[in-house]
Amino acid sequence: MKRWLTILLIAAAMPGLAGCPKKPTTVPETQAPAAQEGAATGAEGEGQVGQARDLPSEGAAVGAGPAGIATLIYFDFDRSDIRPEFAELIAAHGRHLAGTGSIRVRLQGHTDERGSREYNVALGERRAQAVRRALMLQGAGDVQLTTVSYGEERPAAEGSDESAYEKNRRVEIVYGR
Amino acid sequence: MMRRWCLPVLLTLALLIPRADAQLTVQILRGMAESVPIAIVPLGWDGQGAAPWDVAATVHADLERSGRFRPLPRPQMLEMPHAAAAVDPADWRMLKVDYVLVGQLSSLPDGRVELRYELVQVATGERLLGAALPADRGALKLASHRLSDAVYERILGVRGAFSTRIAYVAVDGPASARGYRLVIADADGANERIMFASPQPILSPGWSPDGRSLAYVSFHTGLPAIYVQTLRTGDQLRVSAYSGINGAPSFSPDGSRLAVALSRRDGNVDIYLITLASKELKRLTDDPAIDTEPAWAPDGRSIYFTSDRAGAPQVYRLALGADERPRRITFDGDYNARPRVSPDGRDLAVVTLDRGAYRIATVDAMRGSLRVLTNGRLDESPSWAPNGADIIYATREGGRGVLAIVAADGRVQQRLAANAGEVREPAWSPFLH
Repeated sequence: MKRWLTILLIAAAMPGLAGCPKKPTTVPETQAPAAQEGAATGAEGEGQVGQARDLPSEGAAVGAGPAGIATLIYFDFDRSDIRPEFAELIAAHGRHLAGTGSIRVRLQGHTDERGSREYNVALGERRAQAVRRALMLQGAGDVQLTTVSYGEERPAAEGSDESAYEKNRRVEIVYGR
Repeated sequence: MMRRWCLPVLLTLALLIPRADAQLTVQILRGMAESVPIAIVPLGWDGQGAAPWDVAATVHADLERSGRFRPLPRPQMLEMPHAAAAVDPADWRMLKVDYVLVGQLSSLPDGRVELRYELVQVATGERLLGAALPADRGALKLASHRLSDAVYERILGVRGAFSTRIAYVAVDGPASARGYRLVIADADGANERIMFASPQPILSPGWSPDGRSLAYVSFHTGLPAIYVQTLRTGDQLRVSAYSGINGAPSFSPDGSRLAVALSRRDGNVDIYLITLASKELKRLTDDPAIDTEPAWAPDGRSIYFTSDRAGAPQVYRLALGADERPRRITFDGDYNARPRVSPDGRDLAVVTLDRGAYRIATVDAMRGSLRVLTNGRLDESPSWAPNGADIIYATREGGRGVLAIVAADGRVQQRLAANAGEVREPAWSPFLH
C-alpha cells in the first residue's frame, strides 16, 4: 500500500515520467506522379523551348488510376455486397490494374458510426475484401491489392443522419499505396 | 524493450502540463430516490495554517457522485465534531442523517500525515468504523478516495471503487488534422495522464488484471496493430501486427494471454489467443462470419464474443479446451455486440439495438435475458467497475462524444464530458490496491 502512495507521489510531482508516449511514426502517403522535367535546350543558343505540359503517367510503378473514373464505392447499411451500379467502376479499375501489373492500390474500407467499433472495423474489412475479389475477377493481381479497414474511425462526412451515413459506408480505391 | 527517454520525454512534458481545458467534468444526472443521507464533517487539523487537503470535500463528492448517498451540505451542519465521542446522535437525528463521518488530520514526525476517521450510525449511536491511515502529503486525495471506499463498503456491503482509474480515448482537431490520445485518469475524471498520442486512430483500450498495463489498437504505422504499454515506464510493446485486422485485445484473468480478433491473410476475422511471453498464437474460431470483440469470463474458462454467424451480430460463449461449438447467448433483439463480463461472471454488458437506438444493456449470462439500462441513440463501449456496481460507457451529447456512468441496476446516472474535444472508448481499471 505504501509503495502505491509513493508511486502516486512521484507521478504527481514529475508528470513527465508517469508515461512516455512514443512519438508515432506514420507511413508517409506517397504522392501522385511526378516529375516534370525542366526544359531542355535545342541547338546552342538558338530557338525557344516551349512550356512543358503534363503527361499523365501510365505504367509507372507509383501509378494513378484510370482517368475520369471515380474511386469510391458505396454500400448499404450493414451490407458488404457491391451494388450493380458500381459494376462498371470496378471493371474500369480492374482492367486498369490488369493492364499494368506494377500498379498497386490500397482498398480502404469504412462504415458509418452506428454499432460497435471493432465490429465496424471487421465490416469495413469485409467491404474492402469484396472490392478486392471483384477487382481480381476483372484481372487485377493478388499482389496489387492490399486492404485496410478504418471501421467508423474516419468518416467522410460528419453528422448523425442518413445523408452522412450513406457517404461513410464506402471503400476508397487509393493508388500508389 | 529499450527505454526511450529523451525526445519522447520532452514531448510528454509538453503534453502533460496540466491544461484546464482538458479536464473531464462530472455531472450527476440522476441519483437514487432512496439514497442514504450522511453527514461528512470537515476533518480537524492539528498543524499550522490550512489543512493540506480537504478530505471531507473529496469524500462528499465521491459519495454524492455514486448516486447512492445524499451528503448533508456543509452549511447545514450545526456542529463539527472530530471524534465519535463528540457525536451526539440526537443532534444529528434532527438533521435527518443516518450516518456521521468525523475525523482528524495530524502531522507525523516523518513529514507524513495521519488521517484518523470514525463512522457513527445515528439511530444507535454505534461506531461502525474507526481507523487511522498514514499518507504522504501529496497522496491525501488518494487517501480520501480510500476513505470513501471504506464508508461505501461498510454501509452498502459492496466494495467501493473510488480509488480506481479509467482509461479512454480523447479526440480533437478538424478532420484534416485530427489528434488521438490514450488517456488515463482517476475514476472521478481528475489527474489526466496522456499515455500515447497519435494522428491516427486509437481503439479498444483494455487494462491488464494487475492494473499496470494497457493493451490497445493503434493505426500509427498506417495499419492496425495491437500494443501493450506499461504505464509506469511508458514502454510500448507491439504484440500483434499480422496482415489485415489486429483488434479488440482482451487480457486473460491471469494476465498471461490476450484474446484478440485477427483476419490475417484470409481476410476473415476470427478470435485468437496470443500468449504474451512466447507470442504463440492459437486460433479459437474459424468460420466465414465476423467473430470479434472477445471478453474473458473471470474464471478464465470461457470467452464471450460478437459474431454475425446468424446473420446479424449477437453474443456467443466459447468454452476453452472443450470441443464444442460456440453457444449463442443473446436472443432478444436484432443486434447485440461488444460483450463485457461483470466481475462476478453472472452478467454481460452489451451494446443492443433497442427500437432503433444503440443502447447499453445487461444480459444474464446463463438465461440470456436482456435489460436495457440507457436511453441514448449511439451508446457504446460499456465497461464494468471492478465492484460490479456501475458501468461506464460512451455516448453523445450536443453532437460530441462524452462518457457516462450508469448503475448496473439502471438507477443512477452520471456524465463525464471533456471540456474540449471528444472522449470515447472508456475502460475501467481493476482494483488497484
